[in-house]
Amino acid sequence: MKTISRIYSAVLFLFLYAPIFVLIVFSFNNSTTMSRSVWSGFSFKWYAQLMQDGMLLNALRNTLVIAVIAAVVSTVLGTAAAIGINGMNKWMKRMVMNVTNLPMVNPEIVTGVSLMLLFVFFAKGMGNISLGMFSLILAHITFCLPYVILSVMPKLRQMDSHLYEAAQDLGCSPVLAFFKVVLPEIMPGIVTGMIMAFTLSIDDFVISYFTSGTTQTLPIFIYSMTRKRISPEINALSTLLFGTIMVLLIIVNLRQSKDRKAEENLIEEA
Amino acid sequence: MKKTIAALAAAVLLAAAVSPSAFASSEEPGQPAAPKTGVTINVYNWGEYISNGVDDTLDVNKEFTKRTGIDVNYTTFDTNESLYSKLANGGANYDIIIPSDYMISKLIDEKMIEKLDFSNIPNFQYIDEQFRNPKYDPKNEYSVPYTWGVVGIFYNKKYVKEPVASWEILWDKKYAGKILMFDNPRDSFGIAQKILGYSYNSTNVEEWENAAKLLKEQKPLVQAYVMDQIFDKMSSGDAWLAPYYAGDAATLVEDNPDIGFAIPTKEGTNFFVDAICIPTGAQHKKEAEAYINFLCDPEIAAANVDYIGYSTPESAAKELLPEETVNNPIFYPDKEILDKSETFVNLPEDTNLLLDTLWAEVKMGGPGQTATLVAVLLGFLLLYIGIVVYKKMKAKRELQ
Repeated sequence: MKTISRIYSAVLFLFLYAPIFVLIVFSFNNSTTMSRSVWSGFSFKWYAQLMQDGMLLNALRNTLVIAVIAAVVSTVLGTAAAIGINGMNKWMKRMVMNVTNLPMVNPEIVTGVSLMLLFVFFAKGMGNISLGMFSLILAHITFCLPYVILSVMPKLRQMDSHLYEAAQDLGCSPVLAFFKVVLPEIMPGIVTGMIMAFTLSIDDFVISYFTSGTTQTLPIFIYSMTRKRISPEINALSTLLFGTIMVLLIIVNLRQSKDRKAEENLIEEA
Repeated sequence: MKKTIAALAAAVLLAAAVSPSAFASSEEPGQPAAPKTGVTINVYNWGEYISNGVDDTLDVNKEFTKRTGIDVNYTTFDTNESLYSKLANGGANYDIIIPSDYMISKLIDEKMIEKLDFSNIPNFQYIDEQFRNPKYDPKNEYSVPYTWGVVGIFYNKKYVKEPVASWEILWDKKYAGKILMFDNPRDSFGIAQKILGYSYNSTNVEEWENAAKLLKEQKPLVQAYVMDQIFDKMSSGDAWLAPYYAGDAATLVEDNPDIGFAIPTKEGTNFFVDAICIPTGAQHKKEAEAYINFLCDPEIAAANVDYIGYSTPESAAKELLPEETVNNPIFYPDKEILDKSETFVNLPEDTNLLLDTLWAEVKMGGPGQTATLVAVLLGFLLLYIGIVVYKKMKAKRELQ
């Protein structure tokens, strides 16, 4: 049984990571032209080109700025919303949760088109300002929000609701009790939600496509290469992004396990 | 813990966000830059369709800013249709767009592009006579040609020994399963229409239906309907025959000596032009015209097509290009072939609708299969509803 499960997980990981592995290998391909499937030696050439390509770097910068702002804002809003929803009575809670979950099951294209219509409607009303960075950020916050709420809610449900009252009994003001007791309790959920919002924002194509106006994000830039062909520079860039996210996740995990160990030690000492 | 993560994330992102400007600021000494005008024009062009400064090529947009002090916000699209939807939805204000021939005639018909003031575009004089007053813009009021090219056939010399002179080779049963076709209706139908001797811009229903019939006959032989994947499929030998745009031929042919590119001389081919236009309501028309003028400068045009690989409509620019490019019949085919070739123009609405329906039939394998698919899906749905109802009823009975 054990061998079977091992083989199964090995195959699973192979399927998950083989494409990324191929991409990383080919980002070091030293082809004279833009071949994507013939290996012709190792080089950093595409990384060098990546650094010279102003358009690509511009798209990357837009994507990252939008992702950071959208992740931070939707995390703050989403956490506040989750706490509010958690305090509602059962019937209200269920209704509001259904409403917030709707954008997740809604086809992305519907969200994208309806957001675009809304923005165009307001833009026309306010003197023909065109869509761009601002509408993109608003759209990204909109579709990230439900995911943040969804990842914070379980942590709130797990938390002992009397903790907050106990803190107040011991002399905390409501605000202090929230920051000292509630927030640390639900922090893992918040961090997960933020990372999720960040990655969702980075790779969103459909909604961005409709709301971007004259601003270009990385997915749109890559997609527009398809008449000619996707340059190996993109392999290099994807490798860098993958590496960065990998490192971030590893740090998060290491930190968490360290915290857990410290906690265990404390308990043992006590 | 969270502070460190946040700080780290911020540092990484900041570095990434700041670096582009750091790289962009490496200006060459020498020519003084024009003072900034504070105007930014929005340019919308095909992906990978301008010389961008990589590998010691000329960074066209940067050069324009240097010469005129006008900033460029450059963005890209993937198909004429997505350009059209972006314009039609009113979600963006572009000053320059670069669509293809048939889309230009559509945009003219729908009053979505403006007449140009050619007194602001003196470099139009360099555009060859042959490219003036084209079919899609008969009085040449709305557009200035950017690049052009023809459609030809890639073939693998190892497996395709006979000369590729006719589109009919794409119907040859010998090569079943090794043929690729365009994943866009206009180009695919165009090939069938050329074989049948029809015009690309026919409005005759019967002719379109005959072309669709021909494409349906071909379908069992076709490995896949693709766009840029043909580069991978051809260079790996997965496919042996594939029609594509001549401008993209050079890199593939250079990459792999087994691959050849031929323009079907028997029937002629599609002759396409991508041209620069200004959308109606553009906010910086004057600056946009300065940009068009700049792109027509033979030096700039030459640098551009040298990077892109498509052909230039300017003889003066051709003189600045490497000789092997100019003498290459892939890029600059004989007049004989060009005379046989034809350009797409916009089709009337009902013909477009017919084309969409026929194309769906070709790709889906006819309306019969679609009906079966729907029937099967409906069957599953009914089964599911049945199970749910049955379970509910059972639960009720158990409660009683």
